[in-house]
Amino acid sequence: MSEIRVIEAAKITDAVAELCISANISIGVDIKQALSNAHDFETAPLAKSVLKTLLENADIAERERLPICQDTGMVVVFAWLGTRVHVSGNITAAINEGVRRGYRDGYFRNSVVADPQSRINTGDNSPAVIHYDFVEGDSVKLAVMPKGFGSENMSAVRMLKLSDGISGAENFVVETVQSAGANPCPPVIVGVGIGGTLEKAALLSKQALLREIGEVHSDPFWAEFEARLLARINALGIGPSGFGGHTTALAVRVLAYPTHIAGLPVAVNIGCHATRHKTVIL
Amino acid sequence: MKKITTPFTTETIENLQVGEEILLSGEIFTARDAAHKRVCEMLDCGLPLPFEISGQVVYYTGPCPAPPDKIIGSVGPTTSARMDAYAPRLIRAGLRVMIGKGARNSAVVSAIREHKGLYLAAVGGAGALLSLCVERAELIAFEDLGAEAVYKLTVRDMPLVVAVDCGGAELMRNITISGV
Repeated sequence: MSEIRVIEAAKITDAVAELCISANISIGVDIKQALSNAHDFETAPLAKSVLKTLLENADIAERERLPICQDTGMVVVFAWLGTRVHVSGNITAAINEGVRRGYRDGYFRNSVVADPQSRINTGDNSPAVIHYDFVEGDSVKLAVMPKGFGSENMSAVRMLKLSDGISGAENFVVETVQSAGANPCPPVIVGVGIGGTLEKAALLSKQALLREIGEVHSDPFWAEFEARLLARINALGIGPSGFGGHTTALAVRVLAYPTHIAGLPVAVNIGCHATRHKTVIL
Repeated sequence: MKKITTPFTTETIENLQVGEEILLSGEIFTARDAAHKRVCEMLDCGLPLPFEISGQVVYYTGPCPAPPDKIIGSVGPTTSARMDAYAPRLIRAGLRVMIGKGARNSAVVSAIREHKGLYLAAVGGAGALLSLCVERAELIAFEDLGAEAVYKLTVRDMPLVVAVDCGGAELMRNITISGV
């Protein structure tokens, strides 16, 4: 039997706190490059001006250690636990403690209410929404994604009919981005989850946002689907900040999963121009 | 780019066209969902408002707390559509100019046209950059609402775009319908 590696829960707290801060103040290198490419490509003065502002904003955030956006979001955490790891202590409590510390030390906005009805702020941005999965190995991988609700509110799930087909799925994605308009802070990144069940599709659509821009889908069918969707979305003309232009989305990211013979669940999770996320392997 | 200082005069508003970029300086008030709800409830009850709304500018935002060495934290626009239910009421009460992100509904656009108002869009997601435009931030009302409290901000050269002008012409709706 192979040895079990022990990771202290306090290590998880430290990592989550650090990831909350870095995800909120530092935009991904791939996303910054994509914004810069879009700036060079756009010709409309307003579109160019918005992209210049977003690039400057990213620099200012990093330099001044200010969050990229005042909506520092509700924190979504993906935790992949190695099968040969034991976390000593309560990992969920450790993650939430990391969120509390990160948001306090970062001077970030607390945007979480304890109950959808009473709407009393928890005062520390906890709890996070946490998704656990198991992988081979003796490490723990954590991805932290502070999700703002300008973009989250514009997301949608639909249980399509088989007769709607893949083209129906494609149309649903385009319609969702179109009706979102300027609200999710375009240029957006569009996460698409196809298959599974209602909640699996929704989860996949969020996880899809983690894939780097420039990394092509490993399945040629979905790679082509993504490219076709990106072209259709950018033909909508919504543009940066919704002021018009050719760059409504920087990328479309699909994750597919086996599904039922009777079903075609499709979820669309929209990420803003910064689609903030940071990952660490412990 | 046109430089404008608050308060807005009718002449200033009439000379602004949809799609025009401006730099705004002067005093503006922050208010988002919870503050709008409360202000409308106060108007319903005939109570005096904690700040004079007549002729004023409201910025839809809930800023981050100020770090020790800063005047304010990140302070970008939130989705204006969530304030559409309250905006016509406030415009009738004298509110002149709104700042936010995204399109407005037809009731808000009609109210803007009728009362010679203005809707300005800030770049969504540019909260860090916009925080550097703030020279002063003063808590005015509803402290219990935390990030949703009403602040009086003194801004300098805040970059904005005319999104609905006083004639009711819309920057964002046009794009959604006709494409570019």
